[in-house]
Amino acid sequence: MPRLVSHPDEVKVVSKRFGQGAADIDKYIELGGYEAIRKCLAQGPDWVIEEMKASNLRGRGGAGFPTGMKWSFVPKQSAKPKYVLINGDESEPGTCKDHLIFLHDPHSVIEGTIIAGLAIGSKMGFIYLRGEYRYLLEITEKAVADAYAKGFLGKNIFGTDTEFQIITQSGAGAYEVGEESALMESLEGKRGIPRIKPPFPAVVGLYGGPTVINNAETIATVPHVINMGGAAFATIGSPRNGGTGLFGISGHVERPGVYELPMGYNLKKMIYEVGGGVRGGRTLKAVVPGGSSTPVLLPEEIENLGMDFDQVGKAGSMLGSGGVVVIDDQTCMVEFALRTISFYQHESCGWCIPCREGTDWLKKSLTRFHAGFGTAKDIDNIRYLAENMMGRTFCPLGDAAAMPTLGFVKKFRKEFEDHLDGKPCPFAKHGAPELTIV
Amino acid sequence: MSTETMSIFSPKLAARFDALVEKYPLRRSALVPMLLYAQDEIGYLSDAVIAEVAHRIGITELDVRNVATYYSMLRFKPAGKYNVQVCTNISCMLRGAYDVFEKFQEELGIGHKGVTADGLFSLEEVECIGACCWAPAIQVNYDFHDDLTPETVPNILADYRRKSEGQKNA
Repeated sequence: MPRLVSHPDEVKVVSKRFGQGAADIDKYIELGGYEAIRKCLAQGPDWVIEEMKASNLRGRGGAGFPTGMKWSFVPKQSAKPKYVLINGDESEPGTCKDHLIFLHDPHSVIEGTIIAGLAIGSKMGFIYLRGEYRYLLEITEKAVADAYAKGFLGKNIFGTDTEFQIITQSGAGAYEVGEESALMESLEGKRGIPRIKPPFPAVVGLYGGPTVINNAETIATVPHVINMGGAAFATIGSPRNGGTGLFGISGHVERPGVYELPMGYNLKKMIYEVGGGVRGGRTLKAVVPGGSSTPVLLPEEIENLGMDFDQVGKAGSMLGSGGVVVIDDQTCMVEFALRTISFYQHESCGWCIPCREGTDWLKKSLTRFHAGFGTAKDIDNIRYLAENMMGRTFCPLGDAAAMPTLGFVKKFRKEFEDHLDGKPCPFAKHGAPELTIV
Repeated sequence: MSTETMSIFSPKLAARFDALVEKYPLRRSALVPMLLYAQDEIGYLSDAVIAEVAHRIGITELDVRNVATYYSMLRFKPAGKYNVQVCTNISCMLRGAYDVFEKFQEELGIGHKGVTADGLFSLEEVECIGACCWAPAIQVNYDFHDDLTPETVPNILADYRRKSEGQKNA
């Protein structure tokens, strides 16, 4: 079972019901659940969207798009039905926050989904979980059934004339399906390849209808925003970054875990105080701040770095999904780069050539390099390949592979050079990783 | 009673599929979960599974295969009764996932995508399974095991061996 952690600096908003049995609907209600939706039903859609805008809540899936604004883009009148789609395909390496939400507080996702439906005038929501999360899907399915039994879902929710249905859906193993348009394709029973944009999902989405797609953490945050008020939620975080975020600290730290901290919380403190510092008293070599697609940061770059979308962006990386991966001084960065790119090579859906070929060549180059057969020219070739993937694909997976690669080559060039001329990897324990995944 | 007169699935799963295809605005939306649930029962996507799923949804078998080959959890030949999936992605790798993977290979005498001779276990190196903060982690079928070391590997396998024995004797 995933272990729960806590730290005095935490501000528990989204995680406040974790470990309290709130997967049970009566417990959830006892802990203040399903109050927010009642308030929203009384106040109406425009009020909901204004509260969401005031909250400065930004999408926790990685893009950081303001949630209230996203909802407001959905046309009021639509010939086709509108949909709410919740992205629980959590697959970004370093990220396991949604895992805990579905395990401990599935009703917050359901309540948030109903609120989103009310706000945009939709009668149907989908909650899509990655296929590997079967036990979480079962927990969520039970929660949905319980909500139907209470009359919180169905034709007349909470005794009003408002209708809202929720369908849960299982994926079957695909990182790419976490991309919103590929997610819609998968839900329509197709290969998870991205759609070209525009049109954006808010206009033409699932089954051709206007669709709002939110990350599971984002939507689980929504009821809390409504309960405390948008403005109050905004004051917890940093400018333009409202509230708290679930940060997953993993890798070489003493106390790995998912911690809920205010947006803008200092990254160095997050590693040394919240995470308990580098494991075994070792020295910090690098940090991947927001899941494996975000460019690596050096210890000197995190001194005064606040973890929010704007500050991490300014530092040349991204907040992403808030998955902080801590790397100590005993780690080979070439091997780390290789393992990172191997993932993207495996997960590239193959639709766009720069991504399909680029990730493959990057993996080949890095494999050769790490094995000690690289040439000085390879280092620039790796950079050239990555640069030519950037911005040349339908979806962000190409960028997600290229950006971290560029970061590794730029910031750890010396380590790449140390692998030249047949020199064995200075950190090798296993030699080159086997990378058997095909 | 299932609408399929000659279903290869258990009556329970067949009934579930009957309901599933009607649930969505579009029948085809049932395809991906249906393939996974079918695999859970049959063990893999056999030709017969593909044929019946195609018929139930009303699309061609080719169309089903086209979709099925995209998803990494779907397979076209049997795995072991207990499919051990070892995550070696970055967070797990940093905490010794390759040692754990090696230990499983040693204990089972099989490599990536291998199946033991008795059909009890299969082994796979997999991408991130969403247990990064409890790394290194694995899944055996759908069950998570986390905070692993090479030393805990034999116990995990022993537990599944016992579980299988228990089922035989029951």
